[in-house]
Amino acid sequence: MASLNVLVLVCLGYVALLFLVAFAADRLAATGRSTWLRSPLIYTLSLSIYCTAWTFYGAVGYAARSGLEFVTIYVGPTLVMIGWWWGLRKLVRVGRSQRVTSIADLISSRYGKSNTLAICVTILAVISVTPYIALQLQSITLSFSIFAEADPNNSYNEIASVFWVAAGLAVFAILFGTRNLDANERHHGVVTAVAIEAVVKLIALLAVGIFVVWGVAGGVTDTMARIDASEIGQWNIDRGRWATITFLAAAAFVCLPRMFQVMVVENDDERHLRTAAWAFPLYLLLMSLFVIPIAVVGLDLMPEGANPDLFVLTVPLSQGQQGLAMLSFLGGFSSATSMVIVAAMALSTMVSNHIVMPIWLSSRGSGASVSGDVRSVVLLARRVSIAVIMALGYFYYRLSGGGAALAAIGLIAFAGIAQILPALVGGLFWRGATRTGALAGLTVGFVLWLYTLLLPGIGGEVMPAVVMENGLFGLSWLKPQALFGIDGLDPMVHSVMWSLSLNAAAFCVVSLFGFPSPIERLQAAQFVNVFEHSAGPRGWVGSVAQSEDLMIMSQRILGAREAQVFFHAEAQRQGGRGHLPEPTPMFLQRLERELAGSVGAATAHAMIGQIVGGSSVSVEDLLAVADESAQLLEYSSQLEAKSDELSRTAHQLREANEKLTQISLQKDNFLSQVSHELRTPMTSIRAFSEILRDTEGLQPDEQTRYATIIHDEALRLTRLLDDLLDLSVLENGQVNLNMGEGMLAEVLDRAVSTAMTGASREMRILRNETNERIPVHSDLDRLTQVFINLIANARKYCDATAPELSIRVHEVGGKVVVDMIDNGSGIPRDSRKLVFEKFARVSAERAGGAGLGLAICREIMQRLGGDIIYLNGHQGAAFRVSFPSGYQLAAQ
Amino acid sequence: MSAEPEIDPGDPGQVSHPPVFLERQGYRRRRLMDAARLLPLIGAGLFAVPLLWSGTSETEAPYSLSSAIIYIFGVWAGLIVLAALFGYGARRLGRSSDVPGPEPD
Repeated sequence: MASLNVLVLVCLGYVALLFLVAFAADRLAATGRSTWLRSPLIYTLSLSIYCTAWTFYGAVGYAARSGLEFVTIYVGPTLVMIGWWWGLRKLVRVGRSQRVTSIADLISSRYGKSNTLAICVTILAVISVTPYIALQLQSITLSFSIFAEADPNNSYNEIASVFWVAAGLAVFAILFGTRNLDANERHHGVVTAVAIEAVVKLIALLAVGIFVVWGVAGGVTDTMARIDASEIGQWNIDRGRWATITFLAAAAFVCLPRMFQVMVVENDDERHLRTAAWAFPLYLLLMSLFVIPIAVVGLDLMPEGANPDLFVLTVPLSQGQQGLAMLSFLGGFSSATSMVIVAAMALSTMVSNHIVMPIWLSSRGSGASVSGDVRSVVLLARRVSIAVIMALGYFYYRLSGGGAALAAIGLIAFAGIAQILPALVGGLFWRGATRTGALAGLTVGFVLWLYTLLLPGIGGEVMPAVVMENGLFGLSWLKPQALFGIDGLDPMVHSVMWSLSLNAAAFCVVSLFGFPSPIERLQAAQFVNVFEHSAGPRGWVGSVAQSEDLMIMSQRILGAREAQVFFHAEAQRQGGRGHLPEPTPMFLQRLERELAGSVGAATAHAMIGQIVGGSSVSVEDLLAVADESAQLLEYSSQLEAKSDELSRTAHQLREANEKLTQISLQKDNFLSQVSHELRTPMTSIRAFSEILRDTEGLQPDEQTRYATIIHDEALRLTRLLDDLLDLSVLENGQVNLNMGEGMLAEVLDRAVSTAMTGASREMRILRNETNERIPVHSDLDRLTQVFINLIANARKYCDATAPELSIRVHEVGGKVVVDMIDNGSGIPRDSRKLVFEKFARVSAERAGGAGLGLAICREIMQRLGGDIIYLNGHQGAAFRVSFPSGYQLAAQ
Repeated sequence: MSAEPEIDPGDPGQVSHPPVFLERQGYRRRRLMDAARLLPLIGAGLFAVPLLWSGTSETEAPYSLSSAIIYIFGVWAGLIVLAALFGYGARRLGRSSDVPGPEPD
């Protein structure tokens, strides 16, 4: 008979072996020579933590009590795995692209990274899983007690052994689960150890099964006969429970934190799912294949009242198969330890990430900017969390008394954890699912589960009998196991139906009426359309294939030629011969910088991350992209405004330049004309003065004539210079107007008499004296000068045989208008624009003056506040002089 | 669904547009995926069949547990074999075309 001490030694040796394996696997993974660690087989075996001690021992007990119903626990996960194409594939892809660390993280990440939701899911998970951990403790303790009973020198203390089992498992979980600093990294050691334990428990159960069928019952046919003859030999199932538990097992398989851990977080390559899709159901099939035979044989062999939960152990023991019993014990031990380790790891990640760290960071005040000691704090938080979770399990076991009530707790835990399902499935497939909806659904489901299943189910007097009988507050429709008066259902079916349906309903309705925040909507798109956003299935190992992808992407952004040159240069820098460089971090950094020049830093980072990291664009990346493009947009609009301003300035500059050029041209013309005008009289003066000086014996009359010419020319020069001076003074605005009062008629009289003095030709002046009786307030001398000029011009240039000049005077709206129209042929149309320019002369042959007269007239009139224009539409030359009469002005 | 990025026809780095009609192999693979999706539904239906069994009428003899075991485990094994075949087929077809192309979503 194996003594208890031997048993303990075997356990310790087994644990030490597992630890060695885990350690070796971690080392192997660190050196990168671990291809078989990433194989689909290891992945499939690690999924087997679904089969806990509860299923290892409990399935037989379950079968002994209710026949084939136990199979539903396995059928649910089988359907989920076979249907991986529907849901698991998406779940795994999302988990990997979003770098999810736990199911709470996934839910929170989907609903806008809400920490409230993460805390809710974490609490729900802790409450559901703690009894489950207690169950493992119970199964180990019970199996110990079986051996203890058989031990003659019995010094077995159940309470103490539970404590030591819990403490041992906690240490084990801490050593295994928190070795890696990074939660995102895969725990190769743990996964490998779990895989080995999966093999051990499968072999153990198969060995017991084979022994029972061929060693005890005597073959398959005999076994079948025994089954039919046994007390559970009739096909008699509760249909509601059959369907409900199948569904529940399927839901829990996805939602259980430890399943999520191995299935999603520890997944190396989503192609492993393809293998696990058939291999894991096969594992489950083998695990359940001998359950009924063991139960039936156990019922036959064991005395009345023996605990059917322990048939796997007691049947071999009763047949004297010590070795087999020991193997079976190791199988159960494996089931319990692997479940506890992974569950504690998963829960501690959730607790530390979503509860401890936020509190710690906010207590530090400075936020996440502190970097140095965060990692050690995370590790410490995880270790403490594991210890606390194990302690919770231990106390739960102590409180519940460790009786048969614990056996039912497995399904209750399933029902609790399944409350996550609506939020999870809705989050993966429905973009309209919102954070508030998920919160509402979770809360409703959690409360109903607590009220209808957990509290009535855990035994003791947690739920008062009064409430059970009469409902809460004496309201009969609130009876925990007959809500809304629907009676007669199995409590499990009743609870699952109400909690999950109302959970889903609350989730949908609140989601429909709510409006998600932008980050929620972004995450929703990322999750629901994960296959459009993330890269195809790819391992984590870097390869040249990534370089090809990078090349294709870079060609699109940089241009084909530039990209090829850049890649070639990088390949040469790395010393390779090919055209494609290895995707080293250095190269990636340079490429990212190169791309950032074209598309912005955030986009470049996201693009390279998408190809190399296998992870999709995160919301932060997207927000950064949005920020960057907003900045670019603003910058470009600023540029546009500046460029507009510049083009306006350039336009103004061009105009100014044209003006300057014109002015310069005018100045040149003016100078050349002035010098020309000066030159003509100077030439004759010089010529005649030379004659006077050099010619001997000039007659006195000749001398007089020449001197007269010189005098005349000098006068002309003086006049020209006077005119120029006059014009210059007028143009510069330096003229002093000598304002005076008088009648227009007198001004005209004086002008006519002055202009006609010494005229060689007679010219009739036509005037209307009555119209001219207008008092004017102006510079009368200047006004006279203008009129003299006009009349003199008419006298000089009118080519009619009997020249006439009519002077017409009107007064229009405070303005005096004087028209002077002669009966000559007028000024040619082309020249009309030019007559007021300096040195403008209509015809060269009748050059009398310097051509400054009209220019001076216009300057004078503008100084006087009036104008002088050429009137079109008359036969002869017609000028209109207009100026304010001054009196109305003064009156105003 | 279109997992493949949009392809610029003028881009020398790209080969061609994804075709409207798949070649025979791609077509086979997609139909295989359809069948794989159907599998869990069929499985759920078959596993629900025992719900119809238990003798509602008193006259009928209830089914024996051994036949129920044979049925359930038979269905189970059948599903596993089919799933394995689909997985193998998908891998074989997928490998020959090398790139995991757009799945018919």
